[in-house]
Amino acid sequence: MSDVNIKITDREGVVHDIQAPTDMAMNIMEVVRAYELAPEGTIGICGGMAMCASCQCYVLSDHELPEMGIDEDMMLAEAFYVEDNSRLGCQIAITPELEGLEIELAPESES
Amino acid sequence: MIKTDILIIGAGPVGMFAVFEAGLLKLHCHLIDALAQPGGQCSEIYPKKPIYDIPGYPEVLAGELIDNLAEQIKPFEPGYTLGERAETIEKLEDGTFLVTTNKGTEHNAPVIFIAGGLGSFEPRKPPIPGIANYEDNGVEYIIRDPEVYRDKRVVIAGGGDSALDWSIFLADVASEVSLVHRRNEFRGALDSVEKVAELAKLGKINMITDAEVKEIHGNGKVESLGIKHKTDGDFVKETDHFIPLFGLSPKLGPIGDWGLEIVKNAIVVNNALDYQTNIPGVFAIGDVNTYPGKLKLILCGFHEATIAVQYAYNIINPGKRYVMKYTTVNGVTGFDGETKKAEAAVVKSIG
Repeated sequence: MSDVNIKITDREGVVHDIQAPTDMAMNIMEVVRAYELAPEGTIGICGGMAMCASCQCYVLSDHELPEMGIDEDMMLAEAFYVEDNSRLGCQIAITPELEGLEIELAPESES
Repeated sequence: MIKTDILIIGAGPVGMFAVFEAGLLKLHCHLIDALAQPGGQCSEIYPKKPIYDIPGYPEVLAGELIDNLAEQIKPFEPGYTLGERAETIEKLEDGTFLVTTNKGTEHNAPVIFIAGGLGSFEPRKPPIPGIANYEDNGVEYIIRDPEVYRDKRVVIAGGGDSALDWSIFLADVASEVSLVHRRNEFRGALDSVEKVAELAKLGKINMITDAEVKEIHGNGKVESLGIKHKTDGDFVKETDHFIPLFGLSPKLGPIGDWGLEIVKNAIVVNNALDYQTNIPGVFAIGDVNTYPGKLKLILCGFHEATIAVQYAYNIINPGKRYVMKYTTVNGVTGFDGETKKAEAAVVKSIG
């Protein structure tokens, strides 16, 4: 029933200290949308199915995150601006283990 | 010119269901969509993904839902303009609207429904400096006529079905086909992956994996590409065409310039009444609209379509009264005159 503290750097470079609930089955992408850290229509386009990379983020801290699934891995193989620390926010559930997590939103892909 | 009662822009599930509700009121519909087939995101992005919140379906694949909707609206004989994007809207002197697509197809209707979902799907363009300068000068995101590539050198980039399928197809057309992908693994159908591997072995496809196209060189037209390889370093590849196939991304597109009130990339509608926009006669339903408490769910779009059609009826038939009827009582009568109705005995036993 507790919240975790997460630092999210938005696409303008602004750092947001966010409290994310661990008891609402949310993921990073949904938290970003809930706090409106990216304009509507630019994040979570596929709804969280790892079928677009609009919620791509760079993991800046050393947290142990859930292992990357095949869908996420393959999506990142086709995404733009991918770095070694890239993950899809929609595939990272908010759990107590994320306390202190620091991430940065990847740039929006132009289309 | 195509004339109809309700012109629906967007042939996703919500636009398709609007055809059914309009049909019950004897209103004809015509749908425009930028994609080549109906179904919107359900067909284009996740046809094999199950949906769990469609009433009456504990589980239904997105593609199956679209197939069922197509079957459901068949009696109402909708018209389709597919593969074209609604570009401009004009109010005519008689109060009807003229909507013209990017290919010049004209449509005329007294009522417009915008059911554009997240917008029209546009190709995702890789962030390569200056790529826009080469578009249609050697850079193409969509293959319209494969003959353009006959006996030419082609570089395709991407790791999904489109990149694989076109590499296979063009292997017999182009003088040289190279497929550039960031990984060794591909996301496409297994048989396509195997076919590409086979053609690579035969020397008909030049596989360049673990690599990315980073630069385009040429004098007004593509002449070569700068490719960054993870282990072998950078090199230059001469080519006549560069075809990046990284899927599609939705954009609101020209609808954004139609004078509609837009907030956060969505069209503001009157949800207390009829889902009409600030332009009388133009409604917006489904994911493309916004109002207090909006939920972007297919089932909410179905509701919005049903309500909007009732009000559209009043615009199309001014002064005529219409009373909402139940399909359980009246059945469904298609435009060909055929009626689907419960058998009399069944009705009697209930009564």
